[in-house]
Amino acid sequence: MNDFLRVLLLQDHNTRVVMAGACLFGAASGLVGTFLLMRKRSLLGDTIGHSTLPGVAMAFLIAWAAGGEGRSFVLLALGAAASGFAGIAALWAVRRFSRVKEDAALAVVLGVFFGSGIALFSAIQDLPGANAAGLERLIYGNPASLTSGDSMLVAGVCLMIAMLGFVFFKEMKLVCFDEAFAAAGGWPVRIMDLALLAAVVLITVTGLQTVGALLSVALLVTPPAAARFWSDRLEIMSLAAALIGGLGAGLGVLWSAMAPGLPAGALVVLATSALFAASLLGGTRCGLFFQIQNRTGAARRLDREHVLRALFECGRDGTLAVDEKTLKSHRSWHTSSLRRALHRLIGENRIATDPANQGLRLTATGLAEARRIVRNHRLWELYLIEHAAVAPGRVDRDADLIEHAIDPAIVQQLEDTLDKIGNPGVVPANPEARV
Amino acid sequence: MSEIPLHIRDLNVAYGKKLVLWDANLTVASGRATAIVGPNGAGKSTLLKAALGLIPAASGEVRFFGQPLGRVRRRVAYVPQRESVDWDFPVNARDVVTMGLYRRIGWIRPVRAKHRRLAEEALADVGLGDFANRQISQLSGGQQQRVFLARALVQRADLYLMDEPFASVDAATEAAILETLDKLRAEGRSIVCVHHDLETVAGAFDEAVLLNMRVVAQGPCADVLSPENLRKTYGARLSLLSDAMHDLTRPHGPGPTGR
Repeated sequence: MNDFLRVLLLQDHNTRVVMAGACLFGAASGLVGTFLLMRKRSLLGDTIGHSTLPGVAMAFLIAWAAGGEGRSFVLLALGAAASGFAGIAALWAVRRFSRVKEDAALAVVLGVFFGSGIALFSAIQDLPGANAAGLERLIYGNPASLTSGDSMLVAGVCLMIAMLGFVFFKEMKLVCFDEAFAAAGGWPVRIMDLALLAAVVLITVTGLQTVGALLSVALLVTPPAAARFWSDRLEIMSLAAALIGGLGAGLGVLWSAMAPGLPAGALVVLATSALFAASLLGGTRCGLFFQIQNRTGAARRLDREHVLRALFECGRDGTLAVDEKTLKSHRSWHTSSLRRALHRLIGENRIATDPANQGLRLTATGLAEARRIVRNHRLWELYLIEHAAVAPGRVDRDADLIEHAIDPAIVQQLEDTLDKIGNPGVVPANPEARV
Repeated sequence: MSEIPLHIRDLNVAYGKKLVLWDANLTVASGRATAIVGPNGAGKSTLLKAALGLIPAASGEVRFFGQPLGRVRRRVAYVPQRESVDWDFPVNARDVVTMGLYRRIGWIRPVRAKHRRLAEEALADVGLGDFANRQISQLSGGQQQRVFLARALVQRADLYLMDEPFASVDAATEAAILETLDKLRAEGRSIVCVHHDLETVAGAFDEAVLLNMRVVAQGPCADVLSPENLRKTYGARLSLLSDAMHDLTRPHGPGPTGR
């Protein structure tokens, strides 16, 4: 329990270093990933991640041959970066000189690089005197192995990338949205794509210790995918992605500090995925919860308005009580939803059961609301018939008053039309009849 | 005045081994609206894209206002096909239109309030004044097309290259585009449109280019849209078109007397 608190309160210098490095990496990864996702190149992150492996192994071998320890992160990171760029070059070559499609090219390059990486790793295991134990942490990730120096390096690279992302945000947005338009406008689309890939390689390499090579794609793609559930603006979405990435990485590191037996990289990815799941469910934009709530909310509102309107129309402008049977035949309701709507309206004191003849009648407040609803509906119906061809975008039946959505002058004109049709003071029984 | 907005000479474009444009020659008249017409797969969009350098040309020369495109980019605006982008992209209509100003704003510099205002004015010009804040996936197809048009308008270019702006749009959008074409012409700007609908060519455009892998005919609509030329362009599919052709050519002189 004491250990738990120590970790949670970041009391150890080492924990603080690891946390800072992991969070910064997560944030930068989310930002770069936003562009990658928007450019529809998510899987490229996977291929780049896997293609860093042979570079790590080669760097280790070179250091070993030179008599060194071969475990310095900087050296291994350089090897990983070189190998990542080689992976990109291989991808480009496959695409350029063959008719292989993008997805197949990604799979081919991933296979070749990952395969050779694995082969080299087993060769290293058998080398006499080489201590290859430290290499594992770069494949599966182990944030606890971050030293202060490593963390500084990670922080430096991440800050640089985040700054570049901020500075060239507008240009990247353009290229991601409409490549052809950008190219026609003279923007160097190829170079910007290459810059994005370079950023992905750098991020992947800095994340080797946090999530490892194999899962690096998860921290590139999951945060922006989650962020998409929170915003419709790329600016906000990218900030949210950085936040989710940083938070996910931080939570993952805490989790792994409390569960030392489990692979830390996987926990970081799982923590980020949990944030994705939360966004999928609770996101304000198309999150499942909001979708369901909107749908049931809209259905309920519609039922409520229909009941009030039906009572108003069947009961001679709300003056008479109406029995449930008449109400039911007035419109094609589900009995259950009609009952629920009636129940809610009684609860809200909009309608009351009439003691005399077992029917339902509108209360004073209910009558006022019904009158407003019926007027709104009829005016909208008229508007749809007369003006909507010109301005369909203005139709918003949920607006409390039609005046909130369209010009009062037009409302006045519609009212005049209604007056002319008859049933003065109220509304026509059927606006379509006059067309 | 005599400056030729777009001059294409012997343009050849190949996809792999297959030649899709064959020695295309084209001179766009200044201050007029030109339609590029032809059957599916005739290379209409390819012609625009190759002229803009979006796809490599095997050979040929393209001159905008007598110069290579790189030197006159500000005078040329491009309206890609609506289907070419993902409309679920997290931007609103104003953001998209502002993209037409990025070139003028330049690298790194931020979008300012005055740019946003210009974008809103362009949106109002195409009848979308109230939609600036609308996420683009919440727009109808026709409205999306108009957003693209506004993005080109905001560039205040001298030559507008549009790829199928009339493809599957609603009546309001069609009217808005036609009105825009008129306004641009009145200001002396030139327009080149890839167009799919033979029946509306003569009504909306001054000039026509008939294209089927090579340029079959070009010039004023009345001269170009003859049964002879259409037969050469559309080949065997002509039988389907004969009625349309009849309607097309009748008001413009020669008429299909031999039909």
